Amino acid sequence: MSETILSVRDLCVYFEIRDEGWFPEKKLLRAVDGVSFDLEAGETLGVVGESGCGKSTLARAIVALVPATAGEIRFDGQNLVGLDAEQLRQQRRHLQIIFQDPLASLDPRMTVGEIIGEPLRSFFPRMSAAERRTKVIEIMQRVGLMAGYINRYPHEFSGGQAQRIGIARALILHPEVVVCDEPVSALDVSIKAQIVNLLMELQQVYGISLLFVAHDLASVRHISHRVLVLYLGKVMELADSDAIYRAPRHPYTQSLIHAVPVADPRQARARPAKGLEGEPPSPIDPPSGCVFRTRCPYAVERCAAEVPALRQVGESRVACHLAEQIQSSS
Amino acid sequence: MAPATLLEARQLTVEFTTRGRVVHAVTEVDLDLAQGEVLAIVGESGSGKSQMLLSMLGLTAPNSRVKGSVRFDGQELLGAPEKRLNQIRARKIGYVFQDPMTSLNPYLSIGLQLAEPLRIHKKLGKAAAAAQAVEMLRAVHISEPEQRMRQYPHQLSGGMRQRVAIAMALVCGPEILIADEPTTALDVTVQAQVLSLLREARERLGTAVILVTHDLGVIAELADRVNVMYAGRIVEKGTVEDIFYRRRHPYTEALENSIPDLSDSRATPLVAIEGNPPDLSAVPAGCAFHPRCPYRLAMCDQAVPPLEAVDENHSKACFYQGELGRGAKAGG
Repeated sequence: MSETILSVRDLCVYFEIRDEGWFPEKKLLRAVDGVSFDLEAGETLGVVGESGCGKSTLARAIVALVPATAGEIRFDGQNLVGLDAEQLRQQRRHLQIIFQDPLASLDPRMTVGEIIGEPLRSFFPRMSAAERRTKVIEIMQRVGLMAGYINRYPHEFSGGQAQRIGIARALILHPEVVVCDEPVSALDVSIKAQIVNLLMELQQVYGISLLFVAHDLASVRHISHRVLVLYLGKVMELADSDAIYRAPRHPYTQSLIHAVPVADPRQARARPAKGLEGEPPSPIDPPSGCVFRTRCPYAVERCAAEVPALRQVGESRVACHLAEQIQSSS
Repeated sequence: MAPATLLEARQLTVEFTTRGRVVHAVTEVDLDLAQGEVLAIVGESGSGKSQMLLSMLGLTAPNSRVKGSVRFDGQELLGAPEKRLNQIRARKIGYVFQDPMTSLNPYLSIGLQLAEPLRIHKKLGKAAAAAQAVEMLRAVHISEPEQRMRQYPHQLSGGMRQRVAIAMALVCGPEILIADEPTTALDVTVQAQVLSLLREARERLGTAVILVTHDLGVIAELADRVNVMYAGRIVEKGTVEDIFYRRRHPYTEALENSIPDLSDSRATPLVAIEGNPPDLSAVPAGCAFHPRCPYRLAMCDQAVPPLEAVDENHSKACFYQGELGRGAKAGG
């Protein structure tokens, strides 16, 4: 593929948690724990996992909304971790984010025009109001919002339209990378498809790279070139989207894919029920060795003793000691 | 012989008046639920699914007007005295909401909340109620149920809270369980667990389930019959096989086409439904779906299509009589 635009190496984001009690013990919540990947120009990388797996923290760390504890985020050759505020601000022009709850992420007291135009005010303070308005209208039309909406307020919009406003604001500076943090999770099915199609179209037009975070595996499959599977802050598997859905290597990826309801009653009822039991353990006190072993149907002694490294097996990069032995089920 | 009808709604209509505008949340809905079956109600947000169910139990907001008839076990529920409704809600019809915190009290321990209905409605003693509550937690696959009894809702994960909410809805052995988007807020893995719980309730306890969802995948897994709602009306109803393999309403087709399929590659674009679901205070004239419908006929904005039988258990409300399949992903 083409050039790497964003390169993340051993990224860690830890939060300090204060324990209750008389002698509070400081504990570390390892939200993101040693994550590495590259994002190519014009590529969409999907990030999936259950709630609490660190996918949103990863998304926020990349646009510096939460500070990285260790590791590197290289954009355009420069490491964003450790930059001062002004240097970071300059780089942030090229890295934008779209949030899950479109209405909550828009200031209710600003008009649509002000919201979408705000990044221009911030980065091009000398741009005339008329020029800004032209650019705002241009991007509004691009994302499917009528220009007549420019003076309206966020509460007048439905979820799907509000998400279009968020997308317009993220795109107005023509960024190179857009991080999408569950952008369609809160939307209705019919609207979800509109927004997924819009993001794919905008990627074509502007050549942007997308980091698409979601727990909805079907949408991720649809939009992504490659998929990264996270569990308790660690990468379990990274592979081409076709490969990961055709032949998932990691037992966790297999269970995630198996848990997706099949919209076909005969097929859905014919397949064996073998769901994943329980929920992920706490990231404050993760299991030793492989973090997935407590829920893994294949776990052996070695899994408790040794942290599996991410390695190439078939078409996937996978962190599992037993990847060769495990038959992919789908 | 077909199993007896447990719950029957006729011409159920729910309207609200807010700021001088009338919101038509539910319009002339007929619904039948047989003993032990899973009936799914599918539609987008704002299609009136939740209001329809709440109105049956007398739970709509004070500014609502509910018309029509709802009979449970042959008795009329609309206009029934609050005391009678309370008994039915407590013992006969359990309700699970999308957000489990709607039904859980943050100030009370799980044990107290689960035992309370048993003590009040089943007149059990303290120890007997607690023992049954522990059994119920075990039945919904909660680990270490004795310890959980002492915990508070905030100490549980989202998936576990939803399981406790289901346990609470089932604890008095209701005949009907209404599950309103019970898995929408959950992860896929937890969703699968909750769905198998609902399946178990039906199989082991014989509870009839009304499952409200916008996810056709959930329906395919669980439902016997399906009602498709759009803008407060039922536009198609049939068995789960009718709806998936012999659908006759353009909206049902559009809904199915818009779900991304795990077997699709990146190259297949999703078939979105253009436009937005209608505002229920300004429903389009005629068929409410006509502005978004690819099969629209001249008469569609003139009259509301009646729900007509196309088969023994299958009916649709649509004037278009031709074949569907104009969407890119048609078939099935």
